[in-house]
Amino acid sequence: MVSRTEAPVDTYAVAMSQQTQYALLRARARQRWDDLTEGDKPWVRVGFGASGQAAGAQAVFDALKPYGPEGTDQINLSMVGAHGLMYLEPLVDIIVPRANRVFHANVTPEMVPDIMSHYIDGRDQHPLHASAYAYSGHVDDYTSHLSDWDQLPPNQLQKKILTENFGNIDPHDIFQYIAQDGYSALNKAVLSMTPDEVLEEVKTSGLRGRGGAAFPTGLKWSFLAPSNALVKYVLCNCEEGDPGAFNDKGILESDPHRLIEGLILNGYATNSTHGVVFIRQGHDIPIEATRRAIDEAYQNGILGENILGSDFSFEMEVSLTGDSYVAGEETAMIEAIEGKRSTPRYKPPFPAQAGLFQKPTNINNVKTIAYVPSIVATSGDEFKKVGTESSSGTALVCLTGHIKRPGMYEVEMGVTIRQVLDDIGGGVADGSERIKVLQTGGPLGGVMGEEAFDTEIDFDAMAQSGAILGSGGIIVGDETTDVVDLIRNLVAFNQFESCGKCFPCRLGNTHMLDVLDRMCKNEAKPGDMQLLETVGNNMKIGSLCGHGQLGYNPISSAITYFGEEFEKRFNGEMEKSGPFGDGSMILPSRTRP
Amino acid sequence: MTTSQQQSRPELRERIRGALESQRTDKERVPSITVLSSLLAVQDDLHYIPDEAIEETAIFCNATINDVWSVASFYTNFRFTPPGMTTVDVCWGPTCHLMGAQKVLDAVQDELGVDSEETSADGKITLRYSTCLGACAQAPVIARDHVLKGRANPDSARQYISDLQQELENGIAH
Ligand SMILES: Cc1cc2nc3c(=O)[nH]c(=O)nc-3n(C[C@H](O)[C@H](O)[C@H](O)COP(=O)(O)O)c2cc1C
Ligand code: SF4
Ligand code: FES
Repeated sequence: MVSRTEAPVDTYAVAMSQQTQYALLRARARQRWDDLTEGDKPWVRVGFGASGQAAGAQAVFDALKPYGPEGTDQINLSMVGAHGLMYLEPLVDIIVPRANRVFHANVTPEMVPDIMSHYIDGRDQHPLHASAYAYSGHVDDYTSHLSDWDQLPPNQLQKKILTENFGNIDPHDIFQYIAQDGYSALNKAVLSMTPDEVLEEVKTSGLRGRGGAAFPTGLKWSFLAPSNALVKYVLCNCEEGDPGAFNDKGILESDPHRLIEGLILNGYATNSTHGVVFIRQGHDIPIEATRRAIDEAYQNGILGENILGSDFSFEMEVSLTGDSYVAGEETAMIEAIEGKRSTPRYKPPFPAQAGLFQKPTNINNVKTIAYVPSIVATSGDEFKKVGTESSSGTALVCLTGHIKRPGMYEVEMGVTIRQVLDDIGGGVADGSERIKVLQTGGPLGGVMGEEAFDTEIDFDAMAQSGAILGSGGIIVGDETTDVVDLIRNLVAFNQFESCGKCFPCRLGNTHMLDVLDRMCKNEAKPGDMQLLETVGNNMKIGSLCGHGQLGYNPISSAITYFGEEFEKRFNGEMEKSGPFGDGSMILPSRTRP
Repeated sequence: MTTSQQQSRPELRERIRGALESQRTDKERVPSITVLSSLLAVQDDLHYIPDEAIEETAIFCNATINDVWSVASFYTNFRFTPPGMTTVDVCWGPTCHLMGAQKVLDAVQDELGVDSEETSADGKITLRYSTCLGACAQAPVIARDHVLKGRANPDSARQYISDLQQELENGIAH
């Protein structure tokens, strides 16, 4: 007889001991990882992704190929994702078996023979001290004279949840993800948790959406979960049209399986049947990485029927959109997946009632979903310990512009903007004097001046400062930045991208751009400032979606922080703006019909 | 490749049908096929959307010509005339803007002899303005057929274009 006081059976432990599908995958993954890291050859990883490519990583990779399996076979060679420290790209990261891990920064193809001879022929001398860093994991004789990777300021202040695998695994190899405990959260969920329990953890975590509106994710999921419809969709939004933001694509190109695992968990928690990853065409690196990752997941029983031996089944595909910024708005995205013009729908009905193909649907941003595996792997409470009271977790910021160390950095919520600029970013770029202006939250966000740099990175604190955190882009402008010219660039984007469905946005952006253009050319008319305000306020109240409603943000925030400069421009007291001396700016002339 | 101008139109239709069909046959699992996905498939193959593609897509998707046109004219990546052999994108997004994109754009236009998003007179290179190429940390960014190059300046951009012209001249592109 089983006594009543006996502890409840730990189904997860039981499953693991019974050679589950996952345990088998895991064993294979461990084996492969050991082969790479503990064999005879150095494992050379080149950081890729859009930024790496732009920095010249392909040529470096090509220069390494002759040493790899296709050549003399003296090294293992992989193309990995973005490391985040993009100012160091092209970045080559070498794991030396039974020794240390060394990073070589700003590598050129010409440097490759030198670097390789060091690892292959002899390890006595190191010709490239200045650009090499050793991982402090274990320092040895060969690397003790190198700078410590972990002591690099951008590495010290980061708190890695989303990015823990970035640069360390090949995004095209599911087993490298599994070797880092990837898919263990999914395994735990489908074998030992009910969908409600998963949803409860996400609610407890306090996770808020990273796509712009910061809506509580668990609450959003709970709108979808109760429906008994036979087909239900969970969509992942990687439209990422915000110029200056590349962290969604960064996740897809560096660790796509994390997103896939999160989206399956999203499906499980809401009893959904289909997932769609929505990406803009033309971004070949993240698109290919995601497609391959989905194929690999199917091949290994992680997608499709009876996932990991459970009775949960789930399908997933990639859907591409044409170029349209508004396609990132959730209902416009649904239209695009249906193959139509991506214009927003009127609500209600809300997507959770009738979304994609009129079926109940949930939409989340890439980053939002990519947090879910770590929430489920540990617990909602654990996740909530990171960050601030109202914004749990981390922020993945894209730091660009006139800054010494541009890159993609994951910081705990609550860190101040100044810490990000100074401690991580290293302050203003060489050759500049000071940081004058930041543009945050994409083209519908705003600008802020120095008096706001002590703002904490937190959804609510940022919103109060008049800027928004949005997708995490922080664009830095130095003392030479012409604020009105920068605002014109943003408004030109908003005008170009208006979907045209409602006139306050379609015409309003055009009017605002005209005024800014006149100001930049010292041709402002007397009523122009008033016109900006009137048009901006009409857009706020009269537009269907956020694109029009928020379209005045760049201007209103610029007036808050740079009112004087605005005034001077308006009064024609400054030189005409722009690099051509006549206030002109080269812009696309197309408009949507 | 410069596409179909030389091709006789029935062949063009055949090729369009092939591109549309490939959505079904190239994949392990058949993805959702829509008007938009079909137009993307055609443009991937032909690099533009000829009138025939509008008709063939309407037939393939069981949609009206109007439906297809409304989608094709909405997304700014679609174009309706054959582009040059290579497309060069220059980013005018805010990071690139602050880092000097206007002068890069000006240099590229000068080198190509165009003053907007056009194809050079020799028909080889088509210029496009991009709202963001996603490599802002390496701004200013330019690209050739989606392959990115960062940290551009007016001089390096001129060099980039003239190297590209040279390469196309020698016939080793594509
Ligand atoms: C014009 C416009 C563009 C948008 N673009 C994006 C985008 O590119 N990516 C994104 O995740 N959300 C975008 N959003 C927000 C989405 O509508 C939606 O709120 C978000 O995807 C929800 O995800 P979350 O709850 O995880 O934040 C956009 C909204 C508007 C109004
Ligand atoms: S506000 Fe602008 S983008 Fe949104 S629906 Fe109206 S016209 Fe389209
Ligand atoms: S703003 Fe130019 S690449 Fe993003």
